[in-house]
Amino acid sequence: MEYDIIVVGGGHAGCEASLASSRLGNKTLLITGNIKNIADMPCNPSVGGPAKGILVREIDALGGEMGINTDKSHIQLKMLNTKKGPAVRALRAQADKITYPKEMLKTLKSTKNLEIKEAIVDDLIVKDNKIKGIVLETGEKISCKIVILTTGTYLKADVLVGSERKPSGPHGEKPAKNLSDNLRKLGLTIQRLKTGTPPRIAKDSIDFDVLAREDGDNVLRTFSYDIDPLYKLEDQVPCFLTYTNEKTHEIINNNLKKSSMYGGYVTGIGPRYCPSIEDKVVKFADKERHQLFLEPESIYYDDIYLQGFSTSMPYDIQEEMVHSLKGLEHAKILKYAYAIEYDAIDPLEMKASLENKKIENLFTAGQINGTSGYEEAAAQGLIAGINASLKLQDKEPLILKRNEAYIGVLIDDLVTKGTKEPYRMLTSRAEYRLLLRHDNADIRLREFGYKIGLIDEERYLKFKNKLKAIEELTNYFKNNKLTTKENNLIEKLDTSPILDGITYYDLLKRPNITIEKLENILNLDLNYSNDVKEQVEISIKYEGYIKKALKEADKLKQLESIKIPNDFDYNEVSNIASEARQKFELIKPVTLGQASRISGVNPSDIAVLSVYLKRIKHE
Amino acid sequence: MDDTIVSIATALGVGAISIIRVSGKDSISIVNKIFKGCNLENVPSHTIHYGHIINNSEIIDEVLVSIMKSPKTYTVEDVVEINCHGGIATTNKVLELLIQNGCRIAEPGEFTKRAFLNGRIDLVEAEAVSDLINSETELERKVAINGINGNLSNLIKELREKIIKIISNIEVNIDYPEYLDIYEVTIDDIKNNVPIIKEELKKIIDDYENTHILYQGINVAIVGRPNVGKSSLLNKLLDNEKAIVTNIPGTTRDIVEGTIIIDGIKINLIDTAGIRETEDIVEKIGVNKSIEAMNNANLILMVLNNNEELTEEDKELIKKCSKPTIFIINKNDLETKLNIEDFFDNIDKNNIISINTVDNKEIDKVKNKIKELFHFDKILNSDFTYITNLRQINEIKKSYNLLLELEKELDDNNELDMLEIDLKEIWNTLGLIIGESYEEELLDNLFKNFCVGK
Repeated sequence: MEYDIIVVGGGHAGCEASLASSRLGNKTLLITGNIKNIADMPCNPSVGGPAKGILVREIDALGGEMGINTDKSHIQLKMLNTKKGPAVRALRAQADKITYPKEMLKTLKSTKNLEIKEAIVDDLIVKDNKIKGIVLETGEKISCKIVILTTGTYLKADVLVGSERKPSGPHGEKPAKNLSDNLRKLGLTIQRLKTGTPPRIAKDSIDFDVLAREDGDNVLRTFSYDIDPLYKLEDQVPCFLTYTNEKTHEIINNNLKKSSMYGGYVTGIGPRYCPSIEDKVVKFADKERHQLFLEPESIYYDDIYLQGFSTSMPYDIQEEMVHSLKGLEHAKILKYAYAIEYDAIDPLEMKASLENKKIENLFTAGQINGTSGYEEAAAQGLIAGINASLKLQDKEPLILKRNEAYIGVLIDDLVTKGTKEPYRMLTSRAEYRLLLRHDNADIRLREFGYKIGLIDEERYLKFKNKLKAIEELTNYFKNNKLTTKENNLIEKLDTSPILDGITYYDLLKRPNITIEKLENILNLDLNYSNDVKEQVEISIKYEGYIKKALKEADKLKQLESIKIPNDFDYNEVSNIASEARQKFELIKPVTLGQASRISGVNPSDIAVLSVYLKRIKHE
Repeated sequence: MDDTIVSIATALGVGAISIIRVSGKDSISIVNKIFKGCNLENVPSHTIHYGHIINNSEIIDEVLVSIMKSPKTYTVEDVVEINCHGGIATTNKVLELLIQNGCRIAEPGEFTKRAFLNGRIDLVEAEAVSDLINSETELERKVAINGINGNLSNLIKELREKIIKIISNIEVNIDYPEYLDIYEVTIDDIKNNVPIIKEELKKIIDDYENTHILYQGINVAIVGRPNVGKSSLLNKLLDNEKAIVTNIPGTTRDIVEGTIIIDGIKINLIDTAGIRETEDIVEKIGVNKSIEAMNNANLILMVLNNNEELTEEDKELIKKCSKPTIFIINKNDLETKLNIEDFFDNIDKNNIISINTVDNKEIDKVKNKIKELFHFDKILNSDFTYITNLRQINEIKKSYNLLLELEKELDDNNELDMLEIDLKEIWNTLGLIIGESYEEELLDNLFKNFCVGK
């Protein structure tokens, strides 16, 4: 029995990879340690948020599943950063930890070409540095053309609580004990990472009356561009806020040595943006309190996720810590917090297509590549699934640029800068975030999705119609104007009087003038969807800024257009600093642009390299 | 950059000893080929050796040779310096021998360029060194040395620090909107900082204008209709100050008739005096030439004749004076026929001086007026904290203009993440001056200063 593509791991990366692969017509096998844990959310019960929410939209635009699946399963939805500009707005959902995996499994099971198998993978079959298949723990061999590894935190996973360490994946699941050692034998560099998760509290043991409440938005929205909202506003479930206090900090400080982290029991490197509460208290000693969120995990059971309180203290100390919190004085801990250590590969060893540089036809996606987060994992899974398929079709891989998608930023960062800590997507990582908005992900990426074959004709036609409507409405605003005779209307619009005629287009550039206001006061009959209006309004209002961003992006394109040959010998360039030379040799940047983004490389190294590349071109 | 370069490091004809500097991977072996005394390829780094430069068996010069091996050298490459004692002709002969043996004559500033490309010095330092090499007067040297000390770098770093603080705070507000304890940046935080940064940049720009005067000198156009005494004034100025240059082409199409130095500052006198004056038509051309000269000048010396009444041509020229102007009523030793009262209504009387070109002391009046107008005292006593070259000042002016734009934007846009785009551009533009990169620094700052995450 031979498969085209085998996906190892059924988390968020694995699901997207399997779906993309099978939907593109490849005979696909998804191998997971436990079918019950497919699309599981072992950490926080949420999808989206700043930057991450935009990743989800991009996944949807390309034809991935995460957006739709979240729409099917969330219990609260919010638009964040509404008081800020359009570039940083993002959706965040509280996903139901029961419904989300259930819906995903349903989709997987109903997808053609896709089989699911429960097993642990021990080794890869590699011949002449090329994938031939996999070996299961049982010794069974399955051959295939391409393997996509999406093993999450399961590679040699150890769960840590206080001084205790035991080999285990999340939820006490079996870890993959042998695969990472075998990957190392195949020549891959393995690094050890760490992450953690906070305690879960019994809902009825919390005194919610004394806590601040956070509700969902009063507007129906969806992550996906293709479906209508499936939830009712009134069904949304609230979250709550609490804070640490002096007493909490005292308990932590008095027991620091008992935590896995500070007791010296941890070897993996944890993320800066996801620090344990011990870290926060130690590193920010002057802060009187730290904010914590109480998030419901599901409407089907009672666990409340205590976001912000991840720790590796022993159980008894965790009890003390939790009980020191306002509203949680009598809280019952259902699951204790723990830290988890796991093996990951060095992402510098992969190409921007997510294919490994050392082993042909081996793709990796998600936490195994050193990232953190469901959204980051799903985005890579989708790209790995797409590029594995393209590889089988002998086509060029899909490599999104930094000015095209957060996905492009994510992958470029991984393969160019590598990561020493679990990598999280942040808006601040994107230089062109004004171009990479949550509202225009379809405009940026749907064409790719269609060409690849993940967006069907119906969805594509809908998208094309949207583009047409945007153009029409923009032209309408350009071609219609107010004359000086209509200064009474201008007055009503509450904007400064005009001396000459002014087009609606230019009017919309003024602060305080929105399409909605124009519609109301000028009695316009604009038969367009809110999506279209939003798109037009943003591109008019922020035209200046958008032009600036495009100009910046052009500079990038220039650097990206200078290609570095794959066999380029950096020893030929005598005056590059040795650190830069080592990095260049390891990373093998494809363009001068990529070379310039490598950390530890100075502008002068790039200057030297650029001179050399020019010389080569002339010769 | 793998060839070996050579040049004479000391000014030709100045001093008895000249130093020839060689840099590149073959520098030691090349010098060794023409050196007799010891085997330079076997000596330790940073040592000096006595011997002779020979051509076949003929001794060319008695020399001291310094061997400095990579990387602790100015260019980070192997460097050899040869101290020649035999005067300019011999030095040239040694240079020639080195070239015959495989060296290439260095382009101007190439040693510094290599130092920069090899990461030995940063951009600001490299530029300051090149300015130092090209400085002609003592003051210029002072200015160039200050540049190396990095005052500019320090100020730019300080300003960028201010900006990055706001930026990273805004970024945290964007990425972690749900954290209510984190300080939320307000428009006022930006409004309060913009004027401070603007003022600092303005100081740099002012300093530049002053140093520019130091480097380039003041271009002075002497204008006036024929026969008012332009030529005598010019010659008197040149005579008295012993013009250091004559008849060299200036940066513009004008001919710099001569450059004099007043208190260490160069005054480039632009000639319009030679324009001939017989026919009416040519008279007209004279006016056009004068206008052109005025356009290219920092200062106009408008010469009038005390002994004649004001003519239409005078009036025409006076109207055209578009730059700071000193009105020189010449020939005050002759009878006053010029009635200027009614015409000079709009002109600062302080800038009118009356002289003649017979008495040397009278010329001092002109010089003193120039010193006064250009605040020589200030320029000369300035400590030149912020020294910039053209590239740097362009970035600073660009940053300054971006700040002006941001100020405008602050009035009608209150979306902080959009304003942050402007701040980032300013931050990046300032970063270009000192060649620092963007993202890593930002993230480090972000996580150093804020406590966020699950």
